[in-house]
Amino acid sequence: MLARTDDFTPARPAFEARNLTLDYRTSNGSLRAVDDVSFTACEGERLVLLGRSGCGKSSILKMLAGFIAPTEGNIFVRGRPARGAGPDRIVIFQEFDQLLPWKTVRENVAFPLRVAEGVSRAEARDRAAEALRKVGLERAIDVFPHTLSGGMKQRAAIARALVTNTDILLMDEPFAALDALTRRRLQEDLLALAEEEGFTLLFVTHSIEEAILVGTKLHLLSAHPGRTITTFDTAEFRLGNASGDRFDSVVSEVNGLLFDERQRHQDREDSHKKEPA
Amino acid sequence: MSDIARSTPVRIVPPFRLPGWGGRLLRKILILALLAGIWQAAALWTDKPILIPSFTATMTALADGILNEGLLSASWTSLAVLLKGYALAVVIALTLVSIAVANGFARETLHTVVSMFMPLPAIAILPLAMLWFGLGEASLLFVLVHAVLWPFALAALGGFDGVPETQRLIGRNYGLKGPAYIVHILIPAALPSILYGLKIGWAFAWRTLIAAELVFGASSGEGGLGWYIFRNRNELFTDKVFAGLALVIIIGLFVEGVVFRTIENITVRKWGMQR
Repeated sequence: MLARTDDFTPARPAFEARNLTLDYRTSNGSLRAVDDVSFTACEGERLVLLGRSGCGKSSILKMLAGFIAPTEGNIFVRGRPARGAGPDRIVIFQEFDQLLPWKTVRENVAFPLRVAEGVSRAEARDRAAEALRKVGLERAIDVFPHTLSGGMKQRAAIARALVTNTDILLMDEPFAALDALTRRRLQEDLLALAEEEGFTLLFVTHSIEEAILVGTKLHLLSAHPGRTITTFDTAEFRLGNASGDRFDSVVSEVNGLLFDERQRHQDREDSHKKEPA
Repeated sequence: MSDIARSTPVRIVPPFRLPGWGGRLLRKILILALLAGIWQAAALWTDKPILIPSFTATMTALADGILNEGLLSASWTSLAVLLKGYALAVVIALTLVSIAVANGFARETLHTVVSMFMPLPAIAILPLAMLWFGLGEASLLFVLVHAVLWPFALAALGGFDGVPETQRLIGRNYGLKGPAYIVHILIPAALPSILYGLKIGWAFAWRTLIAAELVFGASSGEGGLGWYIFRNRNELFTDKVFAGLALVIIIGLFVEGVVFRTIENITVRKWGMQR
């Protein structure tokens, strides 16, 4: 038998998307939203999907979560085909109403433990308090969500994901509705938590800077229908050094790819318009 | 400049307003006193007590009715029937709406049936009910269920439809299905609409019951509040008729202002789901 050291642990895939294609049914036929997208995130990796609005990145996340079924292609979670939604992948949304308003912050965080893992009430309370401490919300445990600020609500949602035994988090533009300062604080805290907890992350965003800083791997998607343009390895970039030539060159490269792509998209639309004439 | 600003904090003086609960109560009492004053003046001016008894005469008759003529027990007779019909209707409606949530065909059916029966006044089917169930509580329950079921089902269904997509997905994310999904996500998320439906249903039930009792007394023999009004009108005790009507209003106000208000305060208002 081969001796295995800590230095060399083969990375196991946490989730995998294979040739995902999604068609939406419309009044006149169908509309392709996602076209043949594949990616793999190994354990502890932070995979970012970046693309312009309407490129199907949220649809990809919804397919990963099991909320919608792909028209073609497969999703694997820990090597096994995923069927339907389940608590083995916890989703964090952009919308603040993801916290259930009729439950206190602590009850919200304890909720998945109670309904999905069947944990006793007392243990769920303790674990919820512990998770809330990790995200810095220990002083807002027993209040109702409507009294929290936007940033605090997203922190509570992160705590609700951390409290479970799940270590796959799917985040759909979680910080997009926050002001710049709060967004930066939450990005920092998310990365610190990722370091500490070692969860695997799928992070959807339309901000180039956020994509490069939050992820270890960047998956660039074209606009409508979403196709893979290219991927970047962004593990070297940290929030602390969001500057420098390397960083700037990646930003401008991504920018250029998105812009080029937009130009092509525009040209294609223009040529379509001209055709009938 | 900034030092001065810091040393003299700006105090925002609110316009004159009595604070909180006490203020609201006082305003209500003021409005009621004003209305009673107008009533008293109108009665004194017309001076026909057999047509319009004064406010004081009505209150005397009300006190007399409560103390000597069992008006409260008559009211309780009415309320007991009402609560039975109301509870029955709410249970049936929640069951139907739960089925409608899970099944597209059932939902279409419920929508159609609600639109059919909503415009039909409950009291209009009383003659039919009397034919089917005879002169008794069963007939009253039948019209009561009809009065409450459809408006409440419509409000509840609307509430379920309005549950935010995010909260639905959260439920699915944690693997909730069927009854657990309805209990943990749909019902609490739709509670503002459900409470609204309960209030509408209550008002419909109360007026239907009083109207039905005008046709025949409540089943227990001693008769309900509607019957009290009808009997006294026959004997031209107009002050007692007014006393009965006043009690109908008082009970209505109590249920709306105290019972439902309290339920809202400890639920949807506390949760910030309703202002």
